Amino acid sequence: MNGGDDASSSAATSGPPPSLEWRFSQVFGERTAGEEVQEVDIISAIEFDKSGDHLATGDRGGRVVLFERTDTKEHGGSRRDLEETDYAVRHPEFRYKTEFQSHEPEFDYLKSLEIEEKINKIRWCQPANGALFLLCTNDKTIKYWKVQEKKIKRISEMNIDPSKMESSSNPPPQLVANGLPADKAHGYLTKDFSFPPGGIPSLRLPVVTSQDTNLVARCRRVYAHAHDYHINSISNSSDGETFISADDLRVNLWNLEISNQSFNIVDVKPTNMEDLTEVITSAEFHPIHCNMLAYSSSKGSIRLIDMRQSALCDSHTKLFEEPEAPGSRSFFTEIIASISDIKFSKDGRYILSRDYMTLKLWDINMDSGPVASYQVHEHLRPRLCDLYENDSIFDKFECCLSGDGLRVATGSYSNLFRVFGTSPGSTEAATLEASKNPMRRQIQTPARPSRSIGSMTRVVRRGSESPGAEANGNAYDFTTKLLHMAWHPTENSIACAAANSLYMYYA
Amino acid sequence: MSMIDEPLYPIAVLIDELKNDDIQLRLNSIRRLSTIARALGEDRTRKELIPFLSENNDDDDEVLLAMAEELGVFIPYVGGVEHAHVLLPPLETLSSVEETCVREKAVESLCRVGSQMRESDLVDHFIPLVKRLAAGEWFTARVSACGVFHIAYPSAPDTVKTELRSLYSQLCQDDMPMVRRAAATNLGKFAATIEAAHLKTDIMSMFEDLTQDDQDSVRLLAVEGCATLGKLLEPQDCVAHILPVIVNFSQDKSWRVRYMVANQLYELCEAVGPEPTRTELVPAYVRLLRDNEAEVRIAAAGKVTKFCRILNPELAIQHILPCVKELSSDSSQHVRSALASVIMGMAPVLGKDATIEHLLPIFLSLLKDEFPDVRLNIISKLDQVNQVIGIDLLSQSLLPAIVELAEDRHWRVRLAIIEYIPLLASQLGVGFFDDKLGALCMQWLQDKVHSIRDAAANNLKRLAEEFGPEWAMQHIVPQVLEMISNPHYLYRMTILRAVSLLAPVMGSEITCSKLLPVVMTASKDRVPNIKFNVAKVLQSLIPIVDQSVVEKTIRPGLVELSEDPDVDVRFFANQALQSIDNVMMSS
Repeated sequence: MNGGDDASSSAATSGPPPSLEWRFSQVFGERTAGEEVQEVDIISAIEFDKSGDHLATGDRGGRVVLFERTDTKEHGGSRRDLEETDYAVRHPEFRYKTEFQSHEPEFDYLKSLEIEEKINKIRWCQPANGALFLLCTNDKTIKYWKVQEKKIKRISEMNIDPSKMESSSNPPPQLVANGLPADKAHGYLTKDFSFPPGGIPSLRLPVVTSQDTNLVARCRRVYAHAHDYHINSISNSSDGETFISADDLRVNLWNLEISNQSFNIVDVKPTNMEDLTEVITSAEFHPIHCNMLAYSSSKGSIRLIDMRQSALCDSHTKLFEEPEAPGSRSFFTEIIASISDIKFSKDGRYILSRDYMTLKLWDINMDSGPVASYQVHEHLRPRLCDLYENDSIFDKFECCLSGDGLRVATGSYSNLFRVFGTSPGSTEAATLEASKNPMRRQIQTPARPSRSIGSMTRVVRRGSESPGAEANGNAYDFTTKLLHMAWHPTENSIACAAANSLYMYYA
Repeated sequence: MSMIDEPLYPIAVLIDELKNDDIQLRLNSIRRLSTIARALGEDRTRKELIPFLSENNDDDDEVLLAMAEELGVFIPYVGGVEHAHVLLPPLETLSSVEETCVREKAVESLCRVGSQMRESDLVDHFIPLVKRLAAGEWFTARVSACGVFHIAYPSAPDTVKTELRSLYSQLCQDDMPMVRRAAATNLGKFAATIEAAHLKTDIMSMFEDLTQDDQDSVRLLAVEGCATLGKLLEPQDCVAHILPVIVNFSQDKSWRVRYMVANQLYELCEAVGPEPTRTELVPAYVRLLRDNEAEVRIAAAGKVTKFCRILNPELAIQHILPCVKELSSDSSQHVRSALASVIMGMAPVLGKDATIEHLLPIFLSLLKDEFPDVRLNIISKLDQVNQVIGIDLLSQSLLPAIVELAEDRHWRVRLAIIEYIPLLASQLGVGFFDDKLGALCMQWLQDKVHSIRDAAANNLKRLAEEFGPEWAMQHIVPQVLEMISNPHYLYRMTILRAVSLLAPVMGSEITCSKLLPVVMTASKDRVPNIKFNVAKVLQSLIPIVDQSVVEKTIRPGLVELSEDPDVDVRFFANQALQSIDNVMMSS
């Protein structure tokens, strides 16, 4: 599906690619037994950069943690040997790089509202000169960060020895900053003073020596006061100079260089707020065409807009909606139809959307319905009432596509996530647990009759979640939900967040 | 560690602070780099200071920006043009940093240094630098490269020229849109240095690539290129190569590109010349005036007058005027507003008859527009209107609009109309003004908003200047002085302000006989704010009235105020008394 005819013809000859076998790769911030999770440590955003060499996570405490890939850099020269000896060793491995406090809790005095520091979204921008750039946002304010290695400097050979200066019995004339004499008796710094033609030999420049470097994160720009409602998405344009930010009712367009103005390009706010029936839940730029962007709504529709057509894009170019099956309407229909996340495939041809029950894949050239739907939570349907009671039905699960577009993934409860194959004929549908043994679930799947074995009961029941096996889904732990995950842009590697832990898997 | 002689101390500190921990001190030192250079001498500046700056380039952006700027004017300090090339290495590093403003300044300085360099040095040092930047690993260097080609190219030997052209062509097709945008922005500058033969081939093919770029942001920069390239080409080549591009751009899929065409229209017309403009660009412009996107119509409407000046009246009436009629009832108020601000300029182009027949109805409908900005834009061009249609016709339609604006809900609108009152008065003449507008001017003195009251007082002064003291004596002064008995102290304060403004215009006699007594009465006011304002007004009256009046009336009043229980009143009264003494001493 990743490239039109070529892919489909090759798929026809060789069939769908084989299902992947997922293995545990790494975990950061693993919880030890009995350790209580601190609210501020819970991961709230994950994002790989374009090259896949860096990974960023944001948490509810407003911190952003950066990881860098180690396997490509370090094996550089001996890669061929490694390939020959052990193919499987070469999967992306990351190490902690640095972290910084991006957002702090604030208080909006005009509206008497607390503004949480929680990072809602992170997006990587174009790196330059080895410096990394990211956009991070909480509910209201977007910040543009630059992370760069700085040399640690040691300065020696000063003209004036600070220690001698203190103890000097005959102190120099009163000086203010910059050596400007407090009285203007000295004329050295004025234009008309003439220095000797060869200069003054006794003056010297400071000598700077530096061995170490350290990473410094600096906030370069703050894009604030443009959103009345909570920002749910930010997304960079392929033009490299603009980005959008979306809240419940509006989408704004910014220039990265200009933080004091933005243009409103979508506004779905009705004149009378009582007429409000639909909110924006997520928005993303097309990965290639800088004029196209898509946004999803709480009614389950995705709108594609072309910014070329007009300055205010209230009318969409294309609307993607699945027609409602007749007779299936219930109290929950609208709630579960709400789309929590959309992602473009790398080539921009497809859009992946996640609603409460399913993952849907849309071809942007076909607006009659999704090209594929994947059941994620179908087994929870009988329990919607409970889920509504405990608000779980409003959980916003993210989704992601592999770089080659052959697979999609999304999270679920009990720290589970599911991976589906999207190529025609593929039946790949894996359920994995964010733990050191991701395949534990699947091994248990066929063991349906083993329910009677007392000591195994718990494991078995949790493992037998595949649709139908446990229609009531009793064993689901709705407090451990895997909301945030990201797929490596070039490799089969997934990063996902289980509370405060970052788990990485490869296949 | 050497001890520095005492007289050298300030400069020694300045040098040390190049590396201070405090960014403000570093910044100050960099700003005085020329002083440091002079202290070190030319030789050591070249051998030590410049390498030192090249190495210490990971400073904060503010410091780098200052450094880039200083180095642009540093040639005298390194020993003149023969040594100018030593400045290139630090500027080269600065022109590839991440921060846009630092890069831009570094490129500016590179151009400044390069344009003074000797030809041989350009070949030996500057051209290799251009090539290095153009082949830079990061897009930042390649972006900067685009801005220095025009300096390098003229001095390059022929083989190198070919190479430079092909390098630029690569930049026009770079993977990064940022680089293509920089290439599009700088294409005109580069093209200006290129031989005619290559202009028609190489440059035009680069230009064509840019005009077909997928990214809107690149194409819209190419629009500006149309104007600059058009002026460089022979007229027939311009018509053959540039005109079709402009026509295409005017129908581009992206409204931003069409907006740029509308915005640049006049320059584009200049580039292609009057004849092709009439035949080819009129239809394009008409399309832009009827564009779907309001932003495009705003830009196009704003150019109506300039465009019509290029055309003959027949064409303007035949093609443009119908569009103007449509725009005057456009659904977007901003389009109407843009039209209102330029439409009167069309009158001289069309001539009197056409103006009365076609333009006047449009003009009148805009004057009745529901959106105040539209009406204001018309009124602000009133002198032009008057010349064309005459006062009688004007005043009939104008007056209701003015009265309505004068009472507008938004105080900024009221403020805007007040500013135009003196202009209106001069156009309409005394008689008309007395009848209709006099009352309004008084009414504003009692506005709820301070800025309006203040502007109203100022307006009275300007009217008095316009129509003379005698008229003011009849039509302004009595009405104003009457209001001093207003029960609200804020309004009484406005009157004091008006008095202080009117006094210099009215002259000594009227001031003494009419204005001063009122002020003196106000000095007995029960509100301290009024009293200290009286003190201020009295102070301002001192230079206007006779010495004897000062002594007889003003001084006793002030003395009394200087014994007021309120501290502020005493303060201002004493200040005024002091200025009396100063005047006495100097006279």
